[in-house]
Amino acid sequence: MTSAIEFRGVSRVFGDVRAVDDVSLAIEPGEFFAMLGPSGSGKTTCLRLVAGFDLPDTGSVLLDGADVSSVPPYDRNVNTVFQDYALFPHMSVLENVAYGPRVRGVGSAERLQRAREMLELVQLGAVGERRPAQLSGGQRQRVALARALINQPKVLLLDEPLGALDLKLREEMQIELKSLQKKLGITFVYVTHDQGEALSMADRVAVFNKGRIEQLAAPRELYSRPATSFVARFVGSANVVDDAALARVIDGHARPFALRAESVAVLAENSVPPANQPAAAGEVLAVQYHGAASRWQVKLDAGPTFSALVDDAASPPGIAVGSRVRLTWPPGAVVPLQA
Amino acid sequence: MRAASTFFYRRPYWYLALLLVPPLLWFGTVYLGSLFALLWQSFYRIDDFTAQIVREPGLETYKQLVTQPANVDVVVRTLVMALAVTFTCALIALPIATYMARYARGRVKALFYVGVMLPMWTSYLVKVYAWRLLLAKEGIVAWCFAQLRLTGVLDALLATPGIGGPALSSSYLGMFLVFVYMWLPFMILPMAAALERVPGSLIQASADLGARPSQTFRNVVLPLAVPGIAAGSVFTFSLTLGDYVIPSVVGAPGYFIGMMVYAQQGTAGNIPLAAAFSVVPIVLVFVYLSIAKRFGAFDAL
Repeated sequence: MTSAIEFRGVSRVFGDVRAVDDVSLAIEPGEFFAMLGPSGSGKTTCLRLVAGFDLPDTGSVLLDGADVSSVPPYDRNVNTVFQDYALFPHMSVLENVAYGPRVRGVGSAERLQRAREMLELVQLGAVGERRPAQLSGGQRQRVALARALINQPKVLLLDEPLGALDLKLREEMQIELKSLQKKLGITFVYVTHDQGEALSMADRVAVFNKGRIEQLAAPRELYSRPATSFVARFVGSANVVDDAALARVIDGHARPFALRAESVAVLAENSVPPANQPAAAGEVLAVQYHGAASRWQVKLDAGPTFSALVDDAASPPGIAVGSRVRLTWPPGAVVPLQA
Repeated sequence: MRAASTFFYRRPYWYLALLLVPPLLWFGTVYLGSLFALLWQSFYRIDDFTAQIVREPGLETYKQLVTQPANVDVVVRTLVMALAVTFTCALIALPIATYMARYARGRVKALFYVGVMLPMWTSYLVKVYAWRLLLAKEGIVAWCFAQLRLTGVLDALLATPGIGGPALSSSYLGMFLVFVYMWLPFMILPMAAALERVPGSLIQASADLGARPSQTFRNVVLPLAVPGIAAGSVFTFSLTLGDYVIPSVVGAPGYFIGMMVYAQQGTAGNIPLAAAFSVVPIVLVFVYLSIAKRFGAFDAL
């Protein structure tokens, strides 16, 4: 099967910054693919290379098996939902959505009909005559989506599309985007710095750091088996020990490791950990109450500060900030990392 | 001091009033007041026998303005020149402003802005007289044509009725060139400012949806730049309508509105007619703006 998108050794250099550094990847047709990373990690540049707004310095970009490395955006069967939505302010919502067919020479009656159908699809049938400035953020987001989908692209690119929305709306849109993608069956490439978004929506996630892909995996694997300390920290903010010697002191094995906060239990200093479980002593720095659970920050005697996410029922009673405690964890929860 | 600060902090409208009243008084009395006083004069008329101003409001002077063919000629001549200058300035300014706003970066951009504004830092009169020399029969422009063996072309242009004359410096064509040179910065700067405000993502979105660069320019860039073009064209249009220095130094002997105002209020002593003539550019700019508005020039504001 031909990949929907393929990168072969793609690099893009701005001055002396390697924004994208020798990236190779393949995205399958119908896949919901997320590019996750902090700002400046190269994920947005990758998206721009797919859209055609930017061209690679070396390597090639393939769409549906054809090399498009030097093809301009208007000749690629790819559409983009922009971070700021980029709706044309001088056109009505309907004209915005009908823009794609318009510049491709579709007649007025037909393109307006199609635009109305697209607005129905995103549940905005009633606002066609308004200007974008008269819409709410969530509505603009939907118009941008309808406008990008009207050309029936094989691939839809989404550049932090929910970044400007408030939390509740963002969660609703996540569910909607996911079901829309299933319904249309087209490839989504979703760029975000929000690991929660990437994990909850994507089939596979590529984690970017300094222009390279640190790990490419399904969300569950990414979370439970991070390959590098960067991934372990960025996805779900695990406790990470990079130094092998320090790891031997804390965990008994001389190799870098990651440990999820929810795997760590907090015991009173004088209690004995379960048999065969590693344990480390330390001092409580802070306890943040999160409702169902509390996050404990404990400075270990060995040096690093670990956090433990503990159910309220499992918290040892009567321990205040400054108290000495023991942290313990099941050996199976420790994820060895590449050095 | 502290008490006064507290007083104004708690009453922002008083503070605003304190700041605004002096300039508004100045603007209202000196600026608008004198303009209305001038306009009022146009409703008086001059008595043909005594050459005295008759201070009774009426439309006599306007009747004279629109019925005497010589006066109508002046208005039409000025209007045609203003439209030609505006159109040409817009045509030349569009590529320059597009480059300045959308492509030039850093030093090159600064250089372009300085280059556009530099001519405005020297005296306007000096430039007009310099142009008269450049365009003279023995001037450098004619010399260049001769060096390129194109004297025939120049002669043919100067022989064209309506725009020609004995030399460029004494033809409407020459006057047109000087007008275009003088007002070009007033077109480029607002246009560049408008183009600079068009977000890059809109242009990318247009390309993303399948529009070729020419389509993007027509459908997205140009409509969003139109308010800037309209602002620039109001400058070039009204500056040409009101100018009297350029037509009196360069060009054919036909009168323009500005010269007419000068002549009527000076030697002729016909203040009402001079005032009526000075109303003409205001009316024409108003009509021009209404037409621009009807074509949607300000929809994107």
